[in-house]
Amino acid sequence: MDTTTHFPTGKIAHERAMKRKRVGYVWQSLFIFATILAILFLAILLISIIDSVFGYTVMADTLPLPTLIEGRESPDELTREELEFLIKENLSPGMLRKVTYDKTLEDRDVTDLKALVEQYVIQPQVLRTWGLWASLTEQEEIGRFAEEHPGSYIIFKNWMTPSFVIAAQSSNPLIAGIRTAFLGSLWVLLVTFLFSFPFGIGAALYLEEYARKTRLTKIMQLNIFNLSAIPSIIYGLLGLAFFVRVLEPFTSGAIFTAGEATVANGRTILSGGLTLGLLVLPIIIINTQEAIKAVPDTLRQSSFGLGATKWQTIWHHVLPASIGRILTGAILAMSRALGETAPLVVIGASTFISVDPTGVFSKFTTLPIQIYQWSARPQGAYRNIAAAAIISLLVLLLVVNSSAIIMRDRITRKKRLER
Amino acid sequence: MKSIQTHPFNKKLRIREAFIEGALFLFALLSIAITVSIVVILLRESLLFFESDEVTLSGFLFGTKWQPMIGYFGVLPLLNATLMTSLIAMIVALPLGLAVGIYLSEYADEKFKSVVKPVLEVLAGIPSIVYGYFALTFMTPLLRSIFGDDVVQMYNMMSAGIVMGILILPLVATMAEDAIAAVPVELRLASYALGATTLETSIKVVVPAALSGLSATFLLGLSRAIGETMIVALAAGAGPKMTFNFFEGAETITGYIVRISGGDVSYNSVDYTSIFALGLMLFFMTFTLNMISREISARYQTEYE
Amino acid sequence: MTDILQKIPETDNVDQAMTDEKKIISVDDVTIHYGAFKAVQNVSLDIAQNKVTAFIGPSGCGKSTVLRSINRMNDLIPSASITGKILFDGHDMYESSVDPVLVRREIGMVFQKPNPFPKSIYENIAWGARIHGFKGDMDELVETSLRQAALWDEVKDKLKQSGLSLSGGQQQRLCIARTIAVEPKIILMDEPASALDPIATGRIEELILELKENYTIIIVTHNMGQASRVSDYTAFFMVDENRSGYLQEFNITEHLFLNPKHRKTEEYISGKFG
Repeated sequence: MDTTTHFPTGKIAHERAMKRKRVGYVWQSLFIFATILAILFLAILLISIIDSVFGYTVMADTLPLPTLIEGRESPDELTREELEFLIKENLSPGMLRKVTYDKTLEDRDVTDLKALVEQYVIQPQVLRTWGLWASLTEQEEIGRFAEEHPGSYIIFKNWMTPSFVIAAQSSNPLIAGIRTAFLGSLWVLLVTFLFSFPFGIGAALYLEEYARKTRLTKIMQLNIFNLSAIPSIIYGLLGLAFFVRVLEPFTSGAIFTAGEATVANGRTILSGGLTLGLLVLPIIIINTQEAIKAVPDTLRQSSFGLGATKWQTIWHHVLPASIGRILTGAILAMSRALGETAPLVVIGASTFISVDPTGVFSKFTTLPIQIYQWSARPQGAYRNIAAAAIISLLVLLLVVNSSAIIMRDRITRKKRLER
Repeated sequence: MKSIQTHPFNKKLRIREAFIEGALFLFALLSIAITVSIVVILLRESLLFFESDEVTLSGFLFGTKWQPMIGYFGVLPLLNATLMTSLIAMIVALPLGLAVGIYLSEYADEKFKSVVKPVLEVLAGIPSIVYGYFALTFMTPLLRSIFGDDVVQMYNMMSAGIVMGILILPLVATMAEDAIAAVPVELRLASYALGATTLETSIKVVVPAALSGLSATFLLGLSRAIGETMIVALAAGAGPKMTFNFFEGAETITGYIVRISGGDVSYNSVDYTSIFALGLMLFFMTFTLNMISREISARYQTEYE
Repeated sequence: MTDILQKIPETDNVDQAMTDEKKIISVDDVTIHYGAFKAVQNVSLDIAQNKVTAFIGPSGCGKSTVLRSINRMNDLIPSASITGKILFDGHDMYESSVDPVLVRREIGMVFQKPNPFPKSIYENIAWGARIHGFKGDMDELVETSLRQAALWDEVKDKLKQSGLSLSGGQQQRLCIARTIAVEPKIILMDEPASALDPIATGRIEELILELKENYTIIIVTHNMGQASRVSDYTAFFMVDENRSGYLQEFNITEHLFLNPKHRKTEEYISGKFG
């Protein structure tokens, strides 16, 4: 054999090895960097949203108080008589009737009256808002801005307040809240769940427990995968053409309220919920299939061995053994539905709604839609309440997802104890 | 006394069992019905769209102007914006996702993984509308401060594309990790035994062996980017425009559908049928990508069995 | 008959026999843990250059663990830890300054299951040489390596085909060719024929006997016939009541099989357990 080698030896070999090692380290740090970047994205995303929730706001009153009653700077300094006077004096007759419709001025307490004066008389307007970071670093500029606008004043505002959560939707960002959207989201989610949960589990049971490996089963499986991957906006088109338009008499509730004119023309919670139901159905089917697959075959065999029928086996053994995972999967699917925006916008839910939904035939808005509408408006204050709504949505998602995790843990722990 | 004794094990008709099986079968059939309805509805409305006087198929496919008000229905500007934002998204998500996948599968210890994986899950669980807000209020101002307000428009494809890349990063990273981890450990051992470093093993042995799994990941990520709606609706601009400048605003297919349907559109207008024609196009593109991806990953799974 | 008698060395003392050999590897009091589990304890033995050493013993006796520790493949298992010394040409390979990548370049390994890369036959061999900076004629290297592995005639017309297209026995010889292409000094073989049929096994055994001209070979095997046919020295590992392995007996192969010193060795080679 040839004893000379064509491989580098001695010092050259050593240098080569060191170089390979260095290249290895460089790339390894690139990989770590990419991974840390992914974590960083999440941090920046959350920080940038929180940043928009707090900060200085320059406001100006439409009717500054000192011009109405001399010597008074704030509604807090006003007496009850002065408050009532201001309301009667400055509100149009129609507005006054609307305000006094459910409660007369005499029946209202002072805080209530102050709020009315603030909202309808003084009518403060937001001139410009700054985020938390800018509020800390650009104070000079904020001051200059306020000086350039006579009559304006600077306040430090927290947009994510309890009243923001409980107030109804309004076109005025200072008093708008997410109650309407929050209730809309819950109603839609309820319909989505009631539709997709039984159908999803049923389909998964058929595919896992009954179906033989036929062509049809294979097509169904492939089809479910495809449904889970097509863009959500396509479901919106389906919902628009089918639920909103073809099934309008049903989804608007017209056939149930014989003759009564409906205002919703099919763009109701029912249509929205069913559309999202179709969207999450494949996810629920896939998750449930995974859960059922995890049930050991020995369990089925022992049940069949005792002479149980197929359904008895499924109902008494397979489902109880997999219900924890099934529910976890279903809740995760619900959190997907909770954040969906595009399909609901497409079916026409993106209109201005300030009335709370009362049932499945109500027109509605949801949290993501509210975020979309507010984000799309260029004026500063809408961006801030959009951020506050995002935080509400993320908190809601966190609650939903952690409830799924807690439920899964509880069920598995209970099973362990039973053993 | 009976003359013919019935067999004790004769088949018993169990109506309940049969009924349940039939019902469950119908539930499963629903998934097929959904697909069929999608296709039928998209086709039907698209036909109405192409039947209208202002529209021709060739004008739709090759026209470079989309201005329904004055009768221009060329899809290219919308398609171009969709592909450009998706391209940016893939340029962001693919290398990063691959790097994260390689790191998690080949380098990271369990402890590090237990930190990164939940972060990826949270990123994947954040609704796309939130990413849209992020693009509009963070990424766009950032780009404008870097490149200048005169270069970067208020609404632009770059910002939407980058944020879309962040949105699909967790999907790409998790799928890439799965594909890489599925490569048999024997190949790694063989490479190490030849004196290869971890990098050489990862890049030259493991990643090439995972290539088909990785291309399935790429296709699914692309399909996701093409169909993504809220980010582009908020940040990429409202108004179709045939431009190759990433810093300009241009409406995508999904952005257009959302904008038109968001207003109160009359059922018999061309506007209404046009969003279905665009929906059909979108469905066709994503369906093809999904199916190829599925086919590749199914083959990949059998490759090492 | 006379052949066999001539082969039997006069001494039955392994230490004495070893004095005539060049010791390329010295395993010195090595104990290996996986986490808290002691896989193998206090192993000491020498490996003679250009000889075949076989590791035999029942399952779980730590023979593969010791084999893998010789080229630091155990480093790839995060929980593995080692005490003691393994000297290669007099250098301790577990000093902190030692790069395991360089160790493996000198000490190659062939695995139980044939594991060619999903690349062409040619690339399977060229790849290792390339990462180590091979400067010569690659075609020639591929050919010599395949010839040494007795595979050339079978594959010379299909070098561009995937390595996975070969039969199991051919794949294993391809793996051997791939290992010798980077010119290691030692080849570790972890049950290289256990996944193969008897004919393929016979070819691998012939190959091992040819390769020892140029390489030092350490082979782990379950097959005692194989150990007696191919090896010069044999180490017999046993497992104690705590399921940790230890070296029971190490001797010249003929002596270990014909005249075992320990009862356990005798029982094992006569098939009473294992």
